[in-house]
Amino acid sequence: MADARRFARRPGPARYSALALLRHGVVGHPWSPAWRTHELKRKYQVVIVGGGIHGLATAYYLARNHGITDVAVLDKGYLGGGGSGRNTAILRSNYLTPEGVRFYDRSLELYRGLAADLNFNVMFSRKGHLTLAHSDTSLRTMRWRAEVNKVSGVDSDVIGPEDVKRLVPQMDITDGARYPILGALYHPPGGIIRHDAVVWGYARAADSLGVHLHQDTEVTGIDVSAGRLTGVRTTRGDIAAPIVVNATAGWATLVADMAGVRLPVQTFPLQAAVTEPVKPFLRTVVVSGTLHVYVSQTARGELVFGASVDPFASYSTRGSLEFTEGLASHVLALMPSLAKLRLLRQWSGLCDMTPDFAPIMGPTDVDGFLVDVGWGTYGFKAGPVAGETMAECIATGRMPQLISSFGLDRFAQGRLVGEKGAAAVGH
Amino acid sequence: MNLLPCPWCGPRDAEEFGYIGETGARPDPRTTTPKEWRDYLYLRRNVAGWTTERWYHRMGCRRYLLVERDTTTNEVRPPHSAAGRRRP
Repeated sequence: MADARRFARRPGPARYSALALLRHGVVGHPWSPAWRTHELKRKYQVVIVGGGIHGLATAYYLARNHGITDVAVLDKGYLGGGGSGRNTAILRSNYLTPEGVRFYDRSLELYRGLAADLNFNVMFSRKGHLTLAHSDTSLRTMRWRAEVNKVSGVDSDVIGPEDVKRLVPQMDITDGARYPILGALYHPPGGIIRHDAVVWGYARAADSLGVHLHQDTEVTGIDVSAGRLTGVRTTRGDIAAPIVVNATAGWATLVADMAGVRLPVQTFPLQAAVTEPVKPFLRTVVVSGTLHVYVSQTARGELVFGASVDPFASYSTRGSLEFTEGLASHVLALMPSLAKLRLLRQWSGLCDMTPDFAPIMGPTDVDGFLVDVGWGTYGFKAGPVAGETMAECIATGRMPQLISSFGLDRFAQGRLVGEKGAAAVGH
Repeated sequence: MNLLPCPWCGPRDAEEFGYIGETGARPDPRTTTPKEWRDYLYLRRNVAGWTTERWYHRMGCRRYLLVERDTTTNEVRPPHSAAGRRRP
């Protein structure tokens, strides 16, 4: 069905396989580009603003699941240059609200089959995910989350300090610690993935189905006539389109303002850092909400550290010394043996935060202008399911059940989702 | 942005301050509809560029102040209006 259509319509580069790799190794001629460049057409059926994982996944599922291939993805920079390439690549589905758990669990399911689906090695490593509890209050929240997770069929449970020590022997579980470890929420299906590969895989697959990817194409205006969207203006010319999707994360309000749509979104930077590579020792992802830190070890051996968002709204992606100092002290409080490790680099990405820590998806007051924004600090792990459900929303004109509680109208109606307890720091 | 200009204490380390957010007029409770209240509660301009915002000097004089900041560079300057210096 979908597979047959996918391969029948494949004008793009050859499929990757062990045989193709061997042949290229022997013959030595260069790989063809993973996706093509096109002239900007004057008219598209769907224009997606933002070439990150959300925009690309939406384009891919539009083409694959619904046969809509007259689609353009526009990005003002390069594909995956925003949050898609700046997150800490952690995947999990142990959220707090039933709608959140269902939604992120579908995403994890899509991630599990993604390498085969896209014919691209996305390097998903199911290391397991530990969220530490340092107080009775957070232990109670962990128990609550575990029960909500179990009801939805998600593998998630509360474990004691000894089990934490067994999973991560470097961890300081003594009573004398500044923040003693009372237990943890253990989520074995969680893990890490190569985030750039996910972006490239979706881009390549969407391109091969006929989607046009336009990099260095900034949207400068959105045309609305009588409450209906008619097209977008870009730095490379105007495009007429009946449907435009805003998937621009930290820049979401700037794009929505062009269409006259106001969003309850504020942009905050989130900083992260990576150390020099060392031998593999850290089996799981370790998160501490109290200490505002999460740690994982990549396949290359580097330790990736992330934090919570900066304390004030900003569009600046410069790193700060306050972040590095805080991060170092918090990591060492958990794992004192890392004291000699050196940081290689730090960076920051922009997070589009909403009041209830849940995303905003679907239609707006302007007919034909859809949003997939408010992804805050949890957008990467939702990429596949957001693309799948947004594509369905565009193709059918109805909100899929999975995202029915994430509409923009929930703020005017006072139906907030309340995902802060599981989304605020525990990524 | 390493220093913030406090009108009472002078330039101080930004870590001493708490971020309150962008300024806006509070709606009149006698005439405001529920929708207007919710807009006031949730919607933000989220400006990319110079904007006026309120900060709180929590580790200093514990007074509120107005600051103008370019959100794309985090460059700060005292607000233009003298009223802001006295009683934000």
